[in-house]
Amino acid sequence: MTASGSAGSGVPHLDVDPFDMTFFADPYPAHELLREAGPVVYLDKWKVYGVARYAEVHAVLNDPATFCSSRGVGLSDFKKETPWRPPSLILEADPPAHTRTRAVLSKVLSPTVMKQVRDRFAAAAEERVDALLEQRSFDAITDLAEAYPLSIFPDALGLKPEGREHLIPYASVVFNAFGPPNQLRQQAIKRSAPHQAYVAEQCQRENLAPGGFGACIHAQVDEGAITASEAPLLVRSLLSAGLDTTVNGIGAAVYCLARFPDQWQRLREDLTLARGAFEEAVRFESPVQTFFRTTTREVELSGARIGEGEKVLMFLAAANRDPRRWDDPDAYDITRRTSGHVGFGSGIHMCVGQLVARLEGEVMLTALARRIAKIEITGEPKRRFNNTLRGLDSLPVTITPA
Amino acid sequence: MPAIIFIHADGKPDRVETSGGESAMQAATRHGVDGILAECGGNAMCATCHVYVDESWLARLPAIADDEDALLDGTAAERRPNSRLSCQITITSELDGLVLRLPDRQV
Ligand code: HEM
Ligand code: FES
Repeated sequence: MTASGSAGSGVPHLDVDPFDMTFFADPYPAHELLREAGPVVYLDKWKVYGVARYAEVHAVLNDPATFCSSRGVGLSDFKKETPWRPPSLILEADPPAHTRTRAVLSKVLSPTVMKQVRDRFAAAAEERVDALLEQRSFDAITDLAEAYPLSIFPDALGLKPEGREHLIPYASVVFNAFGPPNQLRQQAIKRSAPHQAYVAEQCQRENLAPGGFGACIHAQVDEGAITASEAPLLVRSLLSAGLDTTVNGIGAAVYCLARFPDQWQRLREDLTLARGAFEEAVRFESPVQTFFRTTTREVELSGARIGEGEKVLMFLAAANRDPRRWDDPDAYDITRRTSGHVGFGSGIHMCVGQLVARLEGEVMLTALARRIAKIEITGEPKRRFNNTLRGLDSLPVTITPA
Repeated sequence: MPAIIFIHADGKPDRVETSGGESAMQAATRHGVDGILAECGGNAMCATCHVYVDESWLARLPAIADDEDALLDGTAAERRPNSRLSCQITITSELDGLVLRLPDRQV
């Protein structure tokens, strides 16, 4: 193998395309190849560095001064290309700008706020299970993984009832857009205008119901924490990252529990394992598969020299199954110590909505396990293809009441 | 490098070497100390890294920030006057030998 001008010597070059349909269909052999090739690799197809081992992914996530987010967390370098939409004020920002906006969203999605919404989220989970028990046979993606977050999250944000059908398509554009200019990304952006228009409108203060997460963000303007023009963009972050992610997270958990009946049995015997079962599903399936960073200077990472202004692709999913870090990484074990997994990221950008995600996952799995004895997969699961998100399009199941 | 001591709820001590500028939580999770969950990875969002600081060390720690104070009200085990979040305690050489007691539960 030879090193090209942009990649330092000693860094293995691979011709893997991690945004290709065949990769998405079964990423695990390729993840192993990426991990075993070396601590840092170079992907010729998109001219980016890649890290797939836990130690290097963790190191990149925790050095935001060197591996920055303000030049975009997708392939596109905001210093060289105009972003497809105005950049996020939190995800695509570096300290000190990030520190300020992050504090606002942390406050809006704090443990105290979770206590206030918990009963509502739990009651909606019970209602969903009521409906599923009537149906007996259903699609666990549409009727459960999508239906449940859709029944609570838009209300929690304070969105109007009209136009909510734009939410999942908008998120799908956002997560496709982090990828390279392949067909998934180009088509998503081409069709995004109506979704973008809807989202821009809903982010305005007058369209957000009092008491919701959206109104709480706007209230921070009155506190002087953010400006009136920043508030709508921070609401947009919740619209982009708060729904489709939990759809795929809950979908992952149900898919795991349906495939591994022994783990389902353990959960039924001890409902306090519900939070751990969700967390382990986030590690095991990694609904958010990848994010990029851009180097702010020349840097040496585990012996590899990376120049300034290079994109580095972090394989969160591969790190979450790195045998160097995890015992029996390919086993779904709801009692595993999952602390330190990078399914929600790590460091200063670690998911600010993690408490919302965990709350939804915990109350949904608790309701399912309390009232359902068995979940059987009754048809071929169909995959949904996205440049960043991993999840199913359809999962036909039949349930047996407890 | 400074070392700190975690005392488990059952009284068993665990001595942990820290490395440059890390928090007590990071040192604990790096060494797999049971009893520190640290769900949020040190972002002061989860309160699952709760510890009781040995009384003799209390005065030597930096003051509690507002967000830490609010979170401590939501710990799983009872909040006491010596309760802290271990992710908010950066270990410096002055804290060599710090003793932190672990609560019986974090969730
Ligand atoms: C299972 C569900 C979820 C997963 C797997 C997930 C995953 C992630 C990951 C990996 C990051 C780190 C991005 C980076 O380092 O560049 C992140 C950040 C973020 N997430 Fe989530 N997320 C989930 C749910 C949510 C929810 C429910 C919300 C909102 C209510 C949300 C809002 C955000 C925001 C605003 C950021 C940017 C934070 C920052 O840059 O400081 N996420 N998420
Ligand atoms: S690790 Fe979450 S608050 Fe300390």
